[in-house]
This record gives sequence, structure tokens and C-alpha cells, in this order.
Amino acid sequence: MARTVPTWLSILSLGFLVLWLLLAAFPFFWTLWGSFKVEADFFSKQNWTNAIFGVRTLAETGAHYTGAGYEGAWIKEEFWKASINTLVMTISVVAISLTLGTLGGYALSRSPFRYAFWILIIALVFRAMPHITLVSGYLFPFFELNLWGHLTTTIIVMVAINQPFTLWMLHSFFLNIPKDLDESALVDGCTRFQAFRYVIIPVMWPGVITTGLFSFLLAYNDFALTGLLLTEENQTMVPAIAGFLGSTQQQGNVMYAVAAVVSATAPLFVLVMFFQRQIVSGLTAGAVKG
Amino acid sequence: MNMRIVIAAASLAVLSSTAHAGCGINAGSVRIGGNDFPAIQAVSGAAKACDGGGVTVSVDLNKDHKDRQVAALTANPAEFTTSIINNSALVALMNDGLAQPLDDLIAKHGKDLQAMQKVTIDGKVMAVAFMANAQHLFYRKDILDKAGVGVPSTYEEVLAAAKAIKDKGLMDYPIAGTYSGWNLGLEFINMYHGHGGEFFKSGSAEPSVNNAKGVATLKMMKALTAYMNPDFLTYDSNAVQADWEAGNVALTNLWGSRAGAVTDGEGSTAEIESNTMFASAPTVAGQSIPATTLWWDGFAIAKNASGADAEATFITMMNGISPEMAAANVDAAPWLIKGAVPQPTDAGVLASAQGGAKPYPMLPYMGAMHSAASAEIVDFLQGKESAEQALADLEAAYIAAAKEKGFL
Amino acid sequence: MPHRTFISFIWPSALAMMLFIALPIISVAIQSLYIQHEQVIETVKNCGPFGCTESVVVNVEATEKIRAEQPLGRFNALGTYTNRNHLAFAEIAAAWKASANWSGFFAAITNLPFYKALFFTLSYTLVVTPLVILLGFFVALAVNRLPSIFKGPTIFFSLLPMIVTPLIGSLILFWMIDAKGIIGGSLQLLFDDPDLSLKASPTLTWITLFVYGVWHHAPFAFVVFYAGLQTVPKDILESAMIDGANRWQQIRHVVIPHLIPLGVFIALIQLMDNFRVFEPIVGFNASASATSLSWIIYNDLRTGDGTTLFGSAAATSMLTILGVAILLAPVLIRAWRANQRMA
Repeated sequence: MARTVPTWLSILSLGFLVLWLLLAAFPFFWTLWGSFKVEADFFSKQNWTNAIFGVRTLAETGAHYTGAGYEGAWIKEEFWKASINTLVMTISVVAISLTLGTLGGYALSRSPFRYAFWILIIALVFRAMPHITLVSGYLFPFFELNLWGHLTTTIIVMVAINQPFTLWMLHSFFLNIPKDLDESALVDGCTRFQAFRYVIIPVMWPGVITTGLFSFLLAYNDFALTGLLLTEENQTMVPAIAGFLGSTQQQGNVMYAVAAVVSATAPLFVLVMFFQRQIVSGLTAGAVKG
Repeated sequence: MNMRIVIAAASLAVLSSTAHAGCGINAGSVRIGGNDFPAIQAVSGAAKACDGGGVTVSVDLNKDHKDRQVAALTANPAEFTTSIINNSALVALMNDGLAQPLDDLIAKHGKDLQAMQKVTIDGKVMAVAFMANAQHLFYRKDILDKAGVGVPSTYEEVLAAAKAIKDKGLMDYPIAGTYSGWNLGLEFINMYHGHGGEFFKSGSAEPSVNNAKGVATLKMMKALTAYMNPDFLTYDSNAVQADWEAGNVALTNLWGSRAGAVTDGEGSTAEIESNTMFASAPTVAGQSIPATTLWWDGFAIAKNASGADAEATFITMMNGISPEMAAANVDAAPWLIKGAVPQPTDAGVLASAQGGAKPYPMLPYMGAMHSAASAEIVDFLQGKESAEQALADLEAAYIAAAKEKGFL
Repeated sequence: MPHRTFISFIWPSALAMMLFIALPIISVAIQSLYIQHEQVIETVKNCGPFGCTESVVVNVEATEKIRAEQPLGRFNALGTYTNRNHLAFAEIAAAWKASANWSGFFAAITNLPFYKALFFTLSYTLVVTPLVILLGFFVALAVNRLPSIFKGPTIFFSLLPMIVTPLIGSLILFWMIDAKGIIGGSLQLLFDDPDLSLKASPTLTWITLFVYGVWHHAPFAFVVFYAGLQTVPKDILESAMIDGANRWQQIRHVVIPHLIPLGVFIALIQLMDNFRVFEPIVGFNASASATSLSWIIYNDLRTGDGTTLFGSAAATSMLTILGVAILLAPVLIRAWRANQRMA
């Protein structure tokens, strides 16, 4: 049905949105642009317009743009290795998190007993633990048991740390799937697993994809765990980027980091565009019960 | 950034000239862990050449190595057979007895070592140092000339020079300093050393910084901040270097390991670079020693490494810090290795050491003092409390931490 | 669902949480009650590249012997919790006696590291959380009105603050807000104040951190609200319009009630995440003006110089969990009542 919208409201709403998009996306475009300059321009202490006009870039490289950051990160520092590790890690974390989370979340949503509620509350309290404390607790046992440094270990730890959030989201999502669905399957003689397999799995995808998005972002952006629990060989992108930044005593290659960050964002663009419909419809169904 | 290529190429050269797999070692597992910067990359790259022929050499460099090394070496067998450390990180290993004495290994395989490279504690060599570092004075010759002042050798002269520069309108904020977080604690330690202060009552872990020297230290730091960019409390080494390369600063007390970075033909103009000079850290308050602390980087061998692994590791590391490696990477660091020729960028570190600057104290409880200083003197620099109050807070914060560690 | 089936569904998830969260929390809780043994210290001669000095070292053998008897250390009960670097009971009592007025007392308390951090952490949580919800809500409303071809890219760009690694995101923003940076420089022009610097004063640093927090978290609220908007029942909206409700009344009486459960969910997650605020403080080098509870923990653990304070970090961690529990209590109690009604 046709709704008439007052012009002033349209303008206000559009203006607000443009302002928001500017705030949200501008730093990224600034970075994208700056990644083709030298450090003295992008991180200029003289004048920020240097980052636009590339004054030092011209002086140092003879051109207005330079791909040195990308070349350094991807070829010299072999950033592609880190991106393969990230790919392996994020896919595994998302897959395992969702498998454990859907099973657990489904059980929590279908249990009539009070302990199910308490498990949820305890999971929430678990989530309050600062990650830094957890990581320093892991270090010694992992070294002693020879578990340290492997991607597998980090993946399992990350799945565990992510479980409370996954359980909560999926639990509220399953609450929205009518109980009659699987209960009628039970009446028809299915076991719980069969009911879950043939009745619930086909209708749960939107919620799973949304939860997957947040698991993905967590695994993709994590530094607290990946920074200390992986060997150089197994490093994922974020600790590799941190390695470019240098330390108190040593200058780093900040432009490598900038180029790496920009190139790490491109696959996410594809991902979000691809899944946008599911992300939105998934969130619709899940989380509503809070 | 060019430096990294040079080093990579140089270490390749070393690899090809001295590469004979195994370095004469028959067996063993060598696992090197360390911080991640060019000089250590050069050392571990040369060590890696020993890989093969029965011995395996693995290298794992990480910016946060100091945060994992204690756990890694406590494990048995140790995750890393050698940890590349500096004087502060060695204390962490010593506190838990995680490093093994190297005297026997040196007698057998360490003939090339200079006496000064041996870090000896209670008569036993616990680490081998291979490079030095210190914060020292960077100055802009052209600016000082224009302001009509000489190269300052004391902090009082630094203040006078800064005033002259500012009064002449040459620069708004002629001084820069690393005044954020851990760096601020170190600046306090440097300046307090310069004043001839003692951090602890002799022979004990009782703090003793709340005294006239402590107050003078804070007052001098505050006087310097008057000539610094108002954001000084957020300045780390990267910010100071960027400000320097942009030509906004004429005087700073920065790490020797950054001397090469400000004169590498990148990030700055030829005019600024050619006028960037290095000198000893200034003295202060009429004392004779430069107000800085000297640092070294070296390696220690894990106690929880088997005898064979320890020996293989030592031989491998001796190849890592060979004179050939130092000769191939002259620009990477002020090497302490035999035959290493000092570079112009090492001038400030050397002058500070010759001036009698003290090494950063290797006391088991120094870290607690450092952390307390980093956190508690901020209020004074922000003008929120008196110097005496800040020092009292510093001591109180230190005492709480030292009690928990069992030092008090 | 019978207990057996329940267990067979939940055990993998429960096991993972047990091993990697519950066990560490228990060990941290125990650790917080102990302090290290008295260290046996001896004076030795210490030589290095820069000459010899008299120095002290820990006598490891002697210390090990004491440690072997009581591996956990000396039992200190809640001593670590109440010491000067945490709840500081003694210092507060002294400040209470010494201060002539409330502002003096307040100043004395915020001079203590834990309360200083708590003060910032709470301010951050209580300022950022509602603003995130509001901003997310309005962005969702505005995006919902767009023609559908613009929706995809708009959603992606709106997600960017959440996607870009905070490590680099905060580093780049840190340079953009520098007095010589694009944002800092523009603000100087805008306010006509050439000396304006967001990094110089504690107040401006706080505001900067708040703004960063809102910017970084708003996409989360936006996505959740936007999804919720898709399910607003059309029939109710239509009948509201037929009843003559204007646009604002529709939002007020139909949309907002529908989104309230989502708002609660966002509030829950945001309160918890904001209470653990850490990255921006490191990214913005802001520890001089603003410290948080997580930052204190980081500072205790990441020293690398032999004075890592596990007990102290453990105590602050437990206090953080307690703080989160108190903040979430109203929501949890509500959920508990709802659960009881259902059961």
C-alpha cells in the first residue's frame, strides 16, 4: 500500500544516513587511498594534505602512487601464508562453533528443566572473563603438553571462548521454531537426533548464518589469542599485521600493515554482499527472545 | 624499509658463504625464540644456516616474545632451547631459574667471544650479549646553529637550547620524548639515574625514590614537557620518530636503534637527515653520568634443554652471532661482536657508555618499580598533584606489587 | 526433553567451555587468594657489556625449596583484593578521615589505580551502551527506507567499523585525530582554536574514546535492529495507520515494542563488551588519561621483566566478572522471573 512520506522527513532521514555512512566508511577509504602512499605521507606529522597529494611519495619513489606496501606485505613478508592460515582458522572455527552451538542451543531450547536456564546464565558469566587472563593461563599447560603453536589448539580454544555467545544466539533462535514441529516428528517415531536432523536442520539456516557471521568476525579479528598461541609459521593475519608495526626500540613497516589491512577487507566485502539477505533474515529469526 | 632488504640480502650472502649444513653438529634440536626485529632476524637467519645434517634448527620470532618466554622455558622440555632476551627479560628467566650456566659450553665452543659479551652473574655466565642499545641525544645541528647554541651536554643546557629555539620562533615544540606508558617509566628511571639516585634502600627491596633527588627528577621532566607537544603523554617512539622526520623537533632522547631509521633516506627530507646528529645522553643536576640506561640484547639457553640440545644450540647461536654475520649486517645494530666496526649511527650509544651511563638495573624487583613509575607519575605531569604525592603513590603502588611477589 | 538426550546434545559444547573457560576461571579464583613465597635474595657480582656492579638475584634453589612445600604460595585470603592496587580499604579509610569535604575524598579515591579504572570503565559502559543502541536504531530505520538496490552496499559500508581489525582501525584513527591529522586539523578549523588537541587533555581523551566506542559498536546494534524491522507485523502497522496514527505514533506504539527484546539482547552483549573495554586504550596510547579494568589486568600480566603479577591480575579478573554480574543483574533477574513463570 502506498504511504506518503513528508519531504522533510525523507531529507532528514537521507541526510542522517549519508552522515552515518561518511563516518562509518570514511576512515576506510582514507586508508585505502593512503595505502598507496609512503609512510611519511599517510602518517604525516607535517600536514595531513600530504596524504592526499603524496608530496613525500613523489620525492621518495618518483611517482604519486606506490604499491610498495602491498609488495612488501604480500611478497617480501609472505602475507599470503598468514591469509591461508586465517582462511583455515576462520572456516574451522565457524564450522565447529556452529555444530556444537546448534546441538547445544537446540537442547537448551527444548529442555523443560531449570538447569537449562542456569547453564545459559553460567555461560553468560563465562563470557565476562577478560580474554587476556585466559590466554596467560593457557600458555604454560600448552607448552608443557606440547599443544602450543598449532592451529588446531587455537581453533578449539576460540570455539570454546565463543560458545557462550553462540549458545545464546542459537538458543533464542530455536525458541522461535515452534515446538510442535519436532514434537510431531517424535510422535511419528523419530528419535531426537532424527527429529533434529530431518525437521530442524532444514529450517534453521537463517539463524545459523547470522551466528556464523559473528563467529567469523571474532575468529577473523582476534588478536588476544592468536598473538601468543601460534608459531610464526602458523600465524594468522592479525598477529602478522601486528608484527609489521615495530616496537618501542625498533621501527616497523607500518605501510605493510596498512596495505595488509586493506587487502584483508576485500574478501569480507564479497562475503557480506553474498550473504546479506541471509544475514538479515537470520537475525530476524534469532535473538528476538533476547 | 630498505634496511630490511639489505639485511635479507646480507644474510643470504652469509648463508651462501658459510653454509655447511650442521655447522659440525651431529645431532640435536635447536629451537630459537626471540623478539622480531632486523638485528635478531639477521642473527637467527645466520643460525638457521646450521640446519641439516642431523641437527634441526627452528626459529620463531614474535613481537610479544617476552610475554611467552617464561611459560615456554618452564615447560620441560623447554619449547625454545634458547631465548633471545635483553637485560630486563633475562631477569624474568633468572627469577625462576630458567637459564643454564654457559661456562662449560663457552670453554668448548666460545673462543671467539669477547669478555664483555659474557653476562656473568655470581661468577657464572648466564647469557651472551651481541648488541647494545640506549636512549641518547638526537639533535638538529642546523636548528641549534640558527638558535646560536651549542650541542647541549646537560639537561639544563637542553632546556636553555629549547628556550632559544622557541624564542627565535624556529619551532613551537623543540623537544620530544617518549612519555607514554612503559616508556615514561623508563624516562623516569633514566633521569633518576642521572641525578645519582638509588631506587632501593641498599641491599633490600624497600623503595627509596621519595626523596629530594626524586623530586628534582620529576621537576626536570616537567620542565622538559613545557617544550613538548601538548600530546606528549601519548608519544611513543614511533610518534617521536615521525615528529622528528617531519622536522618539528630539534632535541630528543631516543633509542640508538632508531638512529639508522631517521637517517635512512626515507620519511624525511635530505636537509633534516643531513643535520640529524647523535651525541651522548645529557647529564643532569651537575652529576657526571649521562641520564640514560644501557641495554644489551643477547641469548640465554634454557635450563630445561637436554645436554645435547643445549650444546647444539650454543654452537648454532655462535654461528648466528659470528663476526661474518656482524660484518654482513653492519647497519642492523651496534654489535658487541669481535671485529665489529662502529657505525656513525652508533655514536650516541658509544658516547653514553663511555660517559659512564649505568646499565638498566638487573634487579629481580626492578620491573615492579618500572610499572609503578609508568603509572603513578602521570598525575604530576598533568598537573593534578605534587611531586611528593606522585612519588608517595609510586612507592605505595610498588610496595603492593612487591609484597605480592614475595620481595617484601 | 529427558536428561539423557539433553546431555547427549550439549556435552561437546559443555566440555569445550569446561576445559577452556570454567577450569581457567576456577584456577584464577584460587590464584587470587595466594601471594608468592618470600623470595630468598642474595647479593652477587654482576658483570656485563657495561662493566660490573653489585646486584641482587633470587636464590632459586632456596626459593624452590619453600615453593615445593606449598606450591600455590602463601595463602593471603582476600588480602590481594583489599590491597592498595585493588579495593584499597585501608587507603579509603585514611582518605575518609583526612578529607575535609566530598570533593577531596573523591579526588583521593580516583587517585587509586583500581577506582580510577573502574570510574572510566563504568563511564564508558554507561555512555557508550545507550548511544550504540540509539544510533543503531536510527540507522536501521533510515536504511529500511532506502530503495532495495542501495540496501546491500549501505549495509556493507555500515558494517565497516566493526570489520576492520581494531588493531589497525584504532592506529589509523589515532593518526587522523592528531592535531596534524585530517580530523584533528579539521576540528581546529571548526572550533577556530589552533591549539585544540584531542590527545592532550583527559576530558577530550575520554570523549574521543567514547566516540570511538560508539562508532565501533553501532554496526552490531544496526544489523540486529535492521533485521528486527523486517519482521514488524504489517497488519498491525496498517491497522494503526487506519486508526490515524501518525508516523511517530506508529514507531512509538508498534515498532519500538516489537524491537524491545532485541534491544535487551543488544544491551546485554554491549554492557558486557564495553565493561571489558581495552583495545582503544592501547590503540590510542591513552593510558595516561584513561585506564580500564582490562587494561590493569594487561598491565599486570604483560610485563615480561620477571614481575608478572598473576595474583593481582587474577583478583582484578574476578572483580571484573563480579562487576559484569552486577551490571547484568537487572536483566538476569527479569529473565529468571520469566523463566519461572514459564516453568
